[in-house]
Amino acid sequence: MTEATTAPKPIPEPDETSEPFWKATLEGKLLLMKCSDCGGFRLPSRQHCDRCLSAKFEWTPASGRGTVRSFGRMHQVYHPAFAEEVPYTLAIVELEEGPRLPTNIVDLDGREVRVDMPVELTWERHEDVALPKFRSRD
Amino acid sequence: MGHPLRGVAAISGLGMTPMGRIYKSANELAADAVRDAIADAGLKKDDIDGLLINPGITGFTGGGINLGLQNYLGMADLRLLNHMNGAGSTAAQMVQYATMAINAGMAKHVVCVFADTPLKDGSRTGAAYGGANRLPPRPKGMAGLAPAAGFFGPNTQYALATSRHMALYGTTHDQLGAIAVAQRQWATQNPQAQMREPITLEDYHNSRWIVEPLHLLDCCLVSNGAIAVVVSPADIAKDMAQPPVYIKGMGQGHPGDFSRAGSDWETETGAKIAAKTAFSMAGAGPDDISSCQLYDCYTYTVLVTLEDYGFCKKGEGGPFVEDGKLGPGGSLPTNTGGGELSAYYMWGMTPLSEAVIQGRGHGGERQAKNDLILCTGNGGSLSYHAALILSPHRN
Ligand SMILES: [Zn+2]
Repeated sequence: MTEATTAPKPIPEPDETSEPFWKATLEGKLLLMKCSDCGGFRLPSRQHCDRCLSAKFEWTPASGRGTVRSFGRMHQVYHPAFAEEVPYTLAIVELEEGPRLPTNIVDLDGREVRVDMPVELTWERHEDVALPKFRSRD
Repeated sequence: MGHPLRGVAAISGLGMTPMGRIYKSANELAADAVRDAIADAGLKKDDIDGLLINPGITGFTGGGINLGLQNYLGMADLRLLNHMNGAGSTAAQMVQYATMAINAGMAKHVVCVFADTPLKDGSRTGAAYGGANRLPPRPKGMAGLAPAAGFFGPNTQYALATSRHMALYGTTHDQLGAIAVAQRQWATQNPQAQMREPITLEDYHNSRWIVEPLHLLDCCLVSNGAIAVVVSPADIAKDMAQPPVYIKGMGQGHPGDFSRAGSDWETETGAKIAAKTAFSMAGAGPDDISSCQLYDCYTYTVLVTLEDYGFCKKGEGGPFVEDGKLGPGGSLPTNTGGGELSAYYMWGMTPLSEAVIQGRGHGGERQAKNDLILCTGNGGSLSYHAALILSPHRN
């Protein structure tokens, strides 16, 4: 291998509990674990429901709509793969179904993002996974 | 009748190493602090029958103190021992468990010690906390969503919390900056503080962005060092070497996972739960507090903690701090040693050590009025919280 000038981004690798989630991302679907007992959605993937501790669930597609719970703009370079991107916009998006995703708002400058603004899903494709990102929905 | 635990124990000893870029091992720093705390209390090592141990970030990154510290200190036949982890709430928690053990007759003189060495020779100040250097090339599972989106370390989570408070309540940078400026004023009077140059609100605004809305001067220091305290029965502490600092109230509150659906973790913290327990045990309320020593990993942590203890209404923390009441000469002296923002970052031991100094009346030129001191610890992403209400007066 030749020396890379910039390290690659830390792209997630599917593990046993998250395999169905990542597989669906390649088809443009955002799947959430829905508790078969209480109906609560859980994210990230975990064996037990954090409301009722049931271990039963079904992977269920999310609507892809949500709102910005909060946001910030990263100026610090903690990982060399992000050196060219700072400052970039970080956001927690609350999905309509309830769970919250750490993500980025891709179509707006950080100073145009607002708390509670409506957003919708878009995908950033990588080799064996796609990453859920969001854009404004007005 | 008062609460059965009110005033049963006191802090009788305090040991502090120099703090900052001090390159010793965590065990060595801990031993220095423990030796000095025992001597400060006028005790001998053999008098100690309890040891509670709290590593800082090196408990996660490697090289932190652990149960093995008992052996490094050569403490035999302890009646109480544990390695505790409640993140930044641990220091206050250790004093709580020591107090309960003393009250139960399970131990007499308990040493509570914190030591940390996040700074390595030549390393960047924030390297240990960013965590990016510990990531595998491909993080496993859905936990990998956050780093893939460029979320690194506690700065990110606290920026998001601050941002939401600003959006919901109109909190401003001038208001957050007032906290940074007030604490630096206190630090100029503390010979143990790492940062003693005064700063202005303009300096605050001009300090570089870390994660917007956090400026550099919104964020705490990173320090190597150690602090230990001795907790003793109140009946014995009153005749020991130092003025006793009595434990009048204790409480904890742990909202937990910040990603949980429905959580308001950004603006409603565990302090709300801890406040009820601690104030009720002390038989006091916010109006009775003479000074605050609050965990201040960020300026925002101070602001939201003041709200959650009821010093002002939810959302009014900004206007509350803006007039400078937290600084020298103000009506609510807060973080009188400079805190984690300006003095030293020893997690929960920063507020606790200053509370002991103030409670003894040993604050020198920075001594604040001294009756009831609120001392808090906060950890995780506003996930864990513990509080002590301390006083020079037993009753
Ligand atoms: Zn359930």
